[in-house]
Amino acid sequence: MTAPPLVAPPREKTRVPLTSRVPSRFLPVIATFVVFVLTFGAGSIRYEGFATGQVVANLFIDNAFLIVVAVGMTFVILTGGIDLSVGSVVALSTMIAAATLRAGWPAWLVILAVLATGALLGLGMGVMVHRFGVQPFIATLAGMFLARGLCFVISVESVSIKDGTFRDIALASIELPGEVAITYGVVIALIVVAVAAYVLHLTRFGRTVYAVGGSESSATLMGLRTGRVKVGVYVISGFCSALGGLLFSFYMLSGYSLHAVGLELDAIAAVVVGGTLLAGGVGYVVGSVVGVLVLGTVQTLISFEGTLSSWWTKIVIGVLLLAFIALQRLIVRRQPVK
Amino acid sequence: MLADERSAPSDTAPLVELQGITVTFPGVKALDEVDFRLLPGEVHALLGENGAGKSTLIKALTGVHATDAGEIRLAGVPVSFHGPAQAQDAGISTVYQEVNLCTNLSVAENILLGREPRRFGAIDGRAMRARAAELLSRIGLHIDPGSALGSHPIAVQQLVAIARAVAVDARVLILDEPTSSLDAGEVAELFRIVRVLRDEGVAILFVSHFLDQVYEIADRLTVLRNGKVVGEYATAKVGRLELVRAMIGRDLTVLDEVERRSERRVPSEEPLLRAENLGRAGSIAPFDLELHPGEVVGVAGLLGSGRTELARLLFGADRADSGHVYFDGKILKLRGPRSAIAHGIAFTSEDRKAEGLVADLTVRDNLILAMQAARGWARQVPRRTADELVAKYVEALDIRPADADAVVGTLSGGNQQKVLLARWLVTRPKLLILDEPTRGIDVGAKAQIQKVVADLAAEGMAVVFISAELEEVVRVSDRVVVLRDRRKIAEVSGTEVTVDDVVALIAGEAEKVPS
Repeated sequence: MTAPPLVAPPREKTRVPLTSRVPSRFLPVIATFVVFVLTFGAGSIRYEGFATGQVVANLFIDNAFLIVVAVGMTFVILTGGIDLSVGSVVALSTMIAAATLRAGWPAWLVILAVLATGALLGLGMGVMVHRFGVQPFIATLAGMFLARGLCFVISVESVSIKDGTFRDIALASIELPGEVAITYGVVIALIVVAVAAYVLHLTRFGRTVYAVGGSESSATLMGLRTGRVKVGVYVISGFCSALGGLLFSFYMLSGYSLHAVGLELDAIAAVVVGGTLLAGGVGYVVGSVVGVLVLGTVQTLISFEGTLSSWWTKIVIGVLLLAFIALQRLIVRRQPVK
Repeated sequence: MLADERSAPSDTAPLVELQGITVTFPGVKALDEVDFRLLPGEVHALLGENGAGKSTLIKALTGVHATDAGEIRLAGVPVSFHGPAQAQDAGISTVYQEVNLCTNLSVAENILLGREPRRFGAIDGRAMRARAAELLSRIGLHIDPGSALGSHPIAVQQLVAIARAVAVDARVLILDEPTSSLDAGEVAELFRIVRVLRDEGVAILFVSHFLDQVYEIADRLTVLRNGKVVGEYATAKVGRLELVRAMIGRDLTVLDEVERRSERRVPSEEPLLRAENLGRAGSIAPFDLELHPGEVVGVAGLLGSGRTELARLLFGADRADSGHVYFDGKILKLRGPRSAIAHGIAFTSEDRKAEGLVADLTVRDNLILAMQAARGWARQVPRRTADELVAKYVEALDIRPADADAVVGTLSGGNQQKVLLARWLVTRPKLLILDEPTRGIDVGAKAQIQKVVADLAAEGMAVVFISAELEEVVRVSDRVVVLRDRRKIAEVSGTEVTVDDVVALIAGEAEKVPS
C-alpha cells in the first residue's frame, strides 16, 4: 500500500465508472433476479400457459404475506440479528383475528389489535436483545414458543372467519390491464415494500440499521442511537409478521394454531437468497422480494410438473440457499483485497 | 513544569481544562488528581506507558467514564458529558486507534451519519455527497464520496474518520494513536492535515507511542505515569532521554540490555526450518528461507509488503501453493496451525485481540490454552502445574498486575502481549514467529519483550521477528529479510546492518515509495 491513492488527483464525478461500483453492492440482488428470470424462463419454455401475466400475479397473490414477513426479517438481519418468531406470530395473528371476529369485534378493531400484539411481541424481544444482551436467536426462539403456545390457548381447533368485511377484502380482486387480477393483499405488500425501502434508505433510522449491521460499536461511538434501532427492528419485524398474519388470514379465511409452521425459515431463506448478508450491514428489501418470488416460482414450477412431490421445492430451495451463501462468501472475501 | 513560548503564550486561555480529575476503577486509581490544559491552535501530545492513564483521560474527557472528583472546563465553562455523543455536540471529536467506522457504508455516509442533510424529512443523498466532498477537500483527500468505505485502504479510512471528526466543527480533536497502522507516507499525509486543522485553531490532543512523530508534530506534551501527571513540557525544550525517563520513571537499563547483540551467531548447524520456493498466489511470491536454532531473523518491509503473509505461510495458517518446507531435515506438510503447533512452531498474530487472546478468560486460562491443546483434551493440566507455570511467566515477563485471575481483557496492551507470548512459551516451541509483538505498547514493555526475544534465542530457540519499526527489527535480529511488494528482495546479516541500509533496500528502485 503506497501513498499515491491518498493524493490522487480529484476525479470528476462523471468519470466514476458505474460498473466498478455495481458488482459488489448489487451483484447478489442482480444474481437473484437473474435466477428468477431463468427459472421463470425455463417454466415458460416447458409449460404452455406458464408465461402469462396471471401466473406472475399469482406469485404475488400467493406470497403477499411472505413478502411482508420477509421485509420485517430484512430489517432484523440487516442489523446482524435474526427473528425466529415470525412464523408463530403469523399463526397467532390469524388466531387472534379469527377468535375476536367470532366474538363479534368490528373488523377495524380486530386489525388494530392484531397489529398491536405483533408490535408488542417484537418490542419484548427487542428489549430482551438490547437491554439484557440476550442472543437474538434465543430471545426470538422464546418469542416463537410463546406465540405458538398462545395460539393453542385461544383454540386448538381451526376457527374459520365468517366476518363480512374480512371476506370482502379477501375475495375482492383488482382488475389490471391485460386481464390480470390481483388482491388487496398484493397492494398492501407492495406498499409495505415501498415504505420499507424509503425508511431504510432515506431516513436516519434506516441508515443506522445499516451502520449497526456494519459495526455496532463503531455506530455507538459515532453517537448514533443504536439502542433505539436495535429494539426498533424487532418491533418492525413483529409488526410485519402481524400484518403478514392478517394477509394470511385473508388468504386462508381461517385462524389455526398450526398455520405457517416453519414460515420463519422460508422468510430467512428469501432474505438470504435476496442477497442480504446474514452478518448484517448489506442487503436490500427489493432483494428479499425477488427472493420470495424465486421461492414462489420454484413452487409453481413443481406444481406445474404435477408428477413431482412438493418436497422437491425444499430440495431446490436448499440448493439455491447454498449457492447464494457461496456467492456471498466470494464477494465478501474479494472485498478486503484492494 | 516548563513554560512554552511557541504556542502557549500565557495570555491564551485554555480551551479545555481538567482540574484534579480522579477516576477510580475497582482496586485502581486510573487517574489521580490530574491537571491538564489544552490550548486552541496547538498539537498537544499525551505520553505515557501503557496503563499510565492516557485512554482513561480521553474517556473521562469525552464522557465515556464518569469522574470521581475534579472539574472539566470547556472554554471556561464547567461541563460534564454523558457519553461521546454529548461531547461531540459540544465540539469534542475523537478518532480512535482502530478505525471506528462502518466499512459497509459509503464514504459520505460515514462522514455524515447522524447528521445527514435532509429535505422534506428524507435524507438528501445529493446534498450529503456534496457536503462530504467539501469536507474531504478541506483535509485534502480526493476520493469519491459515493464509494464504499471498505474499498479504501486503512490509511484513507483513518483520514475519513478525521473528516467525520471535523464535520461537527470540532474545536477539540482527539487523535488516539492514529498512526499505529499507517506507513511513513501516510503518516506524513495525516500530519499535513493535522497542521491544517491546527492552523485553523483546532486544539488537537495527540496520543502516540512513536516519539519521532511526537517530536515532529507536537507543540507541547504532557506525560502521565501511573495515573499522575509527571509534567507538562514544550516539545522543543525537552530531550528524548529525559522524556523517556519521565515516561517509564526509571533509567533505560532495560533498553541498554538489548542494545545490539554483540556476538552474532554464525549459523553453523543444520537449519531448523528450510523453506524452498514457498509461496502463495496473491499473498506472497515464492521465497527461500533458512531459520537456524538460536537465531533471530527479522522481517522488514512496509505495511502490505507481505510480512504477515510470510509468517502465516510458515505457520501453515495459509496453505502454500508452491514449494516445500523442511523442518529438522524432514519435509513438512503443514495442514494448518494444529500441525504446526504439533511440530513446535508457535505464532503470535499481529492482531492480538482478534486472533490471539481470549479476552474474557483469565491470565491463567489464556496461558494454559495452548498447552492444553498440545496435551489433548483428555489430559487436563493439573491446577498446581498451571499455577507454577503462571507464576513463573508472570514473573519472568513482568506481567502486571501479577494476578493469575485477572481477566485478560482488562490488561493493558503491553501486558496482553506478554500473556500471549507466555502462552506460547509454555509449550516450549522450537520456532517462534512473532508478528508485530510490540505494536501499540509502551517503551518499557517493548524493551522487555525485545529482551525476552534475545534470551529465548540465546537458549536455542529460532525466532522470526516481524515489526513495522525498522530500528527494532535491526536491533533485535541477527539477520533481516527484506520484503517489498509481496516479494522477498534481500537478506542482510551481520553487525554492520543499519536502519538506513534496510530503508535503502525497501525503497530500492521503487521511486513511488515515499519513505
